This record gives sequence, structure tokens and C-alpha cells, in this order.
Amino acid sequence: MAVRVIKDKCKGCTKCTKNCPFEAISMDGKLAVIGDNCTGCGACIEACPFGAIEKVEEEKKGVDISAYSGVWVFAEQRDGKIMPVVLELLGEGKKLAKEVGCELCAVLLGDGVEALAKELFAYGADKVYLADDKELATYRTDAYTKVIYQAIEEYKPEIVLLGATHIGRDLGPCLAVNCGTGLTADCTKLEIDPDDKKIKQTRPAFGGNLMATIVCPNHRPQMSTVRPGVMQKAEKDESKTGEIVKLNVQFAEGDIRTKVLEVVKTAGEMVSLTDAEIIVAGGMGLGNAEGFELLKKLADKLGGTIAASRAAVDAGWIEHSYQVGQTGTTVKPKIYFACGISGAIQHLAGMQNSDYIVAINKNDSAPIFEVADYGIVGDLYQVIPAILEELEK
Amino acid sequence: MKIIVCVKQVPDTNEVKIDPVKGTLIREGVPSILNPDDANALEAALKIKDENPGTTVSVISMGPPQANIMLRECLGMGADDAYLLSDRAFGGADTCATSTTIAAGIRKIGEYDIVFAGRQAIDGDTAQVGPQVAQRLGIPVVSYVQDVKLGDGKVTVQRQLEDGYEVIEVQTPCLLTCVKELNEPRYMSIYHIMDTAKKEIPAWNHVDVNLDPANCGLNASPTQVFRSFTPEPKGKGEMLSGSVSEMAAQLVSRFNEKHLI
Repeated sequence: MAVRVIKDKCKGCTKCTKNCPFEAISMDGKLAVIGDNCTGCGACIEACPFGAIEKVEEEKKGVDISAYSGVWVFAEQRDGKIMPVVLELLGEGKKLAKEVGCELCAVLLGDGVEALAKELFAYGADKVYLADDKELATYRTDAYTKVIYQAIEEYKPEIVLLGATHIGRDLGPCLAVNCGTGLTADCTKLEIDPDDKKIKQTRPAFGGNLMATIVCPNHRPQMSTVRPGVMQKAEKDESKTGEIVKLNVQFAEGDIRTKVLEVVKTAGEMVSLTDAEIIVAGGMGLGNAEGFELLKKLADKLGGTIAASRAAVDAGWIEHSYQVGQTGTTVKPKIYFACGISGAIQHLAGMQNSDYIVAINKNDSAPIFEVADYGIVGDLYQVIPAILEELEK
Repeated sequence: MKIIVCVKQVPDTNEVKIDPVKGTLIREGVPSILNPDDANALEAALKIKDENPGTTVSVISMGPPQANIMLRECLGMGADDAYLLSDRAFGGADTCATSTTIAAGIRKIGEYDIVFAGRQAIDGDTAQVGPQVAQRLGIPVVSYVQDVKLGDGKVTVQRQLEDGYEVIEVQTPCLLTCVKELNEPRYMSIYHIMDTAKKEIPAWNHVDVNLDPANCGLNASPTQVFRSFTPEPKGKGEMLSGSVSEMAAQLVSRFNEKHLI
């Protein structure tokens, strides 16, 4: 999509120049001019009071899209365990497949992982494409890209979904370039257009300040990475079975140009923020690293876990793996306690879908109160002990 | 050793505010900065230069002419050369098309041992362009790099994972995308600012880098923005009042009523 200014309608009000997130519009006298920075985001179309800016659909060369069918989910596994996001992708993928009217398939790579196919069937996959090879034991960009790219070329899926993990966000872009198609990163919403059955992918952009809905009209497959913790997990049905299709795996000398020398797990378990039902998160208002001990008391009492804002992570009070927000984890627990967190848009992007948000902050004008279901203005070092005391009763 | 660093000028999205009445972005007064992860990428290159005399560091960016200001900043930090890919034909590019243009620019610069890039830019947060440039150049890529050690014809890096990291050996030439844990970017120095003040920053268009306009910018972008909108705020809830213990009691009883705790 590109945008165009309709000269007769433009009154020179400059509203579009102020609303353009990319400073792409300048004024030539009384006429708005779209410049090189334009990404076609369309913010100006909504901002223009005179309807003087319009979308221009471009005729583009693409591929024969009718040759492509099926929704594929990349069944990312680590150490022989299916990643939680895969179950979310299968849940979402099932819905999409139903609307398009096609099958749901999982793509499973690893070494000695065939047994996991059963789990993928139980969670809704109709078919599992399996590549089992010792070279695929741990994820490597070259190896995984080659195998999955070849499978895409051969079986031509219409939609490919990957979890937006550190692995999915590495594999996705490489696959997209090889397939000559587009990839939408970190999607938080996927829909099928009822008319043309194409996928609409919505994602936060601009640090969460803007949401963009992206389409990939003329190229296949349509690819998305999906933020973990956003989509609904698939229901498990142990009785369900499916078909395993073995993929051809052959590597020549020089195909795989990296060697994994060691895999190091840092301090304890992976922080399972996405699965937590109750999260007690702390920000700058804690004042120090020790503050998290108090939060932990509340979290333990409620059977939840602690988390942090970016500011608290940047201050070195807690590890990055606890970070909630645009550049951290997206969470949607039943209750989210935001303690001493002001509520920057980047943080809100990662937690505003929580069922209930409790904000505890000294500053009564903190933006966090705008999204809170319950707001308490006060010192968290007094409020949290009071809540703990109340819970004891 | 020859190093190329891919950088991007971005609006400081931390400074962007939403107009509470109209629900639109307030762009006025938002500064343009060197993308934070790219600063880590440049620092990684400059550190190698500090420790290995004879190393050259070139930075390359795609963007409008104003991006020169950021490239000057890179020279001020210690980069040897800077190049700007700037052309109307490059405009409206998605990550796929951007990677084609940047790869063409890198080819024009010439030989290299390592290409560094930031993990992702804060205006798009896609983390796609780095790996895609590597694919187009036909070189191996390691993303999320948090530590770099040079070897002979290879580099050993740490690749950050959600729950730890991998130690990966990769042959050169290669492309590495950097995370902020890798290092602390240096400031510009007066010496480098003075030294590079007269240095020309070549601006290359599609002809300079041998690209057909059909293969760059909007024309070569498989993805299109269908629409964009500001997210709807969730809406304000209930402000509890009273003494601290009263508020705590109210909160607990609200959740008890809902059988949540």
C-alpha cells in the first residue's frame, strides 16, 4: 500500500504532518507532500479531516497463490520438550484453518523427537511433517532453514506460523527471504478476511504506540511470528491421531556453518511468566533490588510469580527474563499487580490484556492508573504488607 | 580486519506520547536517534578495532538524507567511513526489500570479515533485517549475540536465549546481530569528531548499488500495511480510598468476591 494526496481536497491544514509517525510528510505551500520516509502506514489517512489522503493499491507481481494450501505451525522443541507457544499456535492455527477450510499441520525438527508427534496430534495437528536427524538436535539457523524451506517448496503451505521466541525470530526471517515472501513479526492478532480468505496480521509497532494490520496479498506462504502468551492454547484430545510425513534431510559439506559448542542455562528455571495466573511486578518505585523480596512474599502467598518493568531490569535489580513489556514478555494473568510501575506504553503493551490489573503507586497521576481495575495511591512498602496481613485473616 | 556495521536512525519511541483526547501520536519534539541496539553493534566493532590495529569499521544505513546526522555520530564514535543508501526508490520498503538494498550497499563497500547489526530497531521491533541481509549475502548469521571472541577465520559468540545462552562457533565472513547486554556503547570523542568533520558521506541511490527499482522499496515488498491505528486504552477502573489497611481490605474482598484468590 502506498498513500497519495488528492491535490484538490488538501487544504494545507498540516494535521497529517503532525500525525505522521515517520516524519514523512512535508508541506509545499498549501499542499502536503509524501516523502521518502513513508512506510504506507496510513496514519495520515485517519488524521486528515478532509479525506484528502487515499490508499493506492498497487498491482504487484506475485506467485500463483492458488497452488498453496494448509496452515503450518513450527513445532519448536528444546531438549525434547515442545515449547508452550506451540500449543498457542496450534490453538490459533486451528481457528484459521477452519475459516480458510484447510488442514492444520505441524513441522517438527529434532533428533529422536518422533514421539512428540503424538502430542501435536492431541493438540489439534492433522499432520506432522517430521525431520529427525542428529544434525537437528539443537537449533541452528542454516540447518533448520534448509529443511523447512525445502518442505515449504515441496508442500506449499498457505500460512506458516512461528512463535516469536529467540529461535522463531531467527528462523522466520531466513525462511521468508528464501521463499521470497513477507513475514510479519510479533503478531498479537490474526484474522482471516471472510471475503478473500487471506490473513490479516496485527502487531504493535512504534514501541507499542501504534498497532498495524499487515497483509501479504500476492506472495506465499503468508508468514507470521506470534508473540508467546497472547493466543489461546489448544485443547488437548488424547484420542486424536494424524499422519506423519517424513521430510527429506540431507546436508552437504558447508551447508551448516555454525557449531553449537555449549548450551548454558542461567539461574534456575525459565521464568514462566506466560503461564502465571498471578503476577506481582515491580518497577523503579521499588527503589532497590531488595524490594523484589517483598513482592516475592506476596507472589508466593497467592501462588504467583514476580516480574519487572524494563526500568527495574535496566537498573540491574533483576534479570531480563523477568521483564514484562514490549521488549520483554507479554503476559495475561488473572491478576497483575503493578507495584511502583509508572506505566510506560511499552510496559502496558505487555500486560494490558491481564484480566485484572492492580496498580500501587505513590504518584496519583501515573499512567498505570489509566489501565488499572483497582488503583491504590500509596507507598508499596506499606500497602503490600497490609495486603499480606489482610490475606492472613 | 574489515568490519561493516548496519545502523538505522529511529525516532526515540520512548519519547512518543499519545494525545489523550484524539488518541493520536504526538510526534512533535520527538528526537531522532541512533537505534540503541545498533549502538551496541558499532561498539562491538570499535572494540575489535581498538584491540586489532589495522581494522577498519564502515557504517552503512538506509534512510532519508537527514540520517547523515546519525552517521556523523557514528564517525564521532570512531567509525572510519559511513555510507548512506538514500533514494526515493527505496521508500516504503518492508524488511524483505530493505534487506535487498542493504545487502547491495554492503557488496558495494566490498570485502568484509564481519557484518554487525543491532538485533532490532525500536520503531519496528521486527529483528528481521539482520538475518535477511545475511541470507542475501549468502553468509552465516547468529542473532541475539551477547558476547564476541575473535578466532582465526572464525568467531565464537554467545547467543542469548530466553533461559540462558548458547556458545556458537561461526566461520567468517558472517553477520552478527547484537543485544544490549553485549557492551556499553561509547560516547563520541572530540578527537574523532574533528578528525572526520570534513569526511564525505557518500549517498548511494539504486543506480549506484546496481538495483532495479522493481527490486527495491515498495515495489519489492511482499507485505503491505492494511491499516494502522492507536491501541484503545483499557479504560480506568476503581480508585480505592481510605487508610492503607482499609484499601488493602477492600482489594482482598473484591478478589474474594470474584473467587480469584
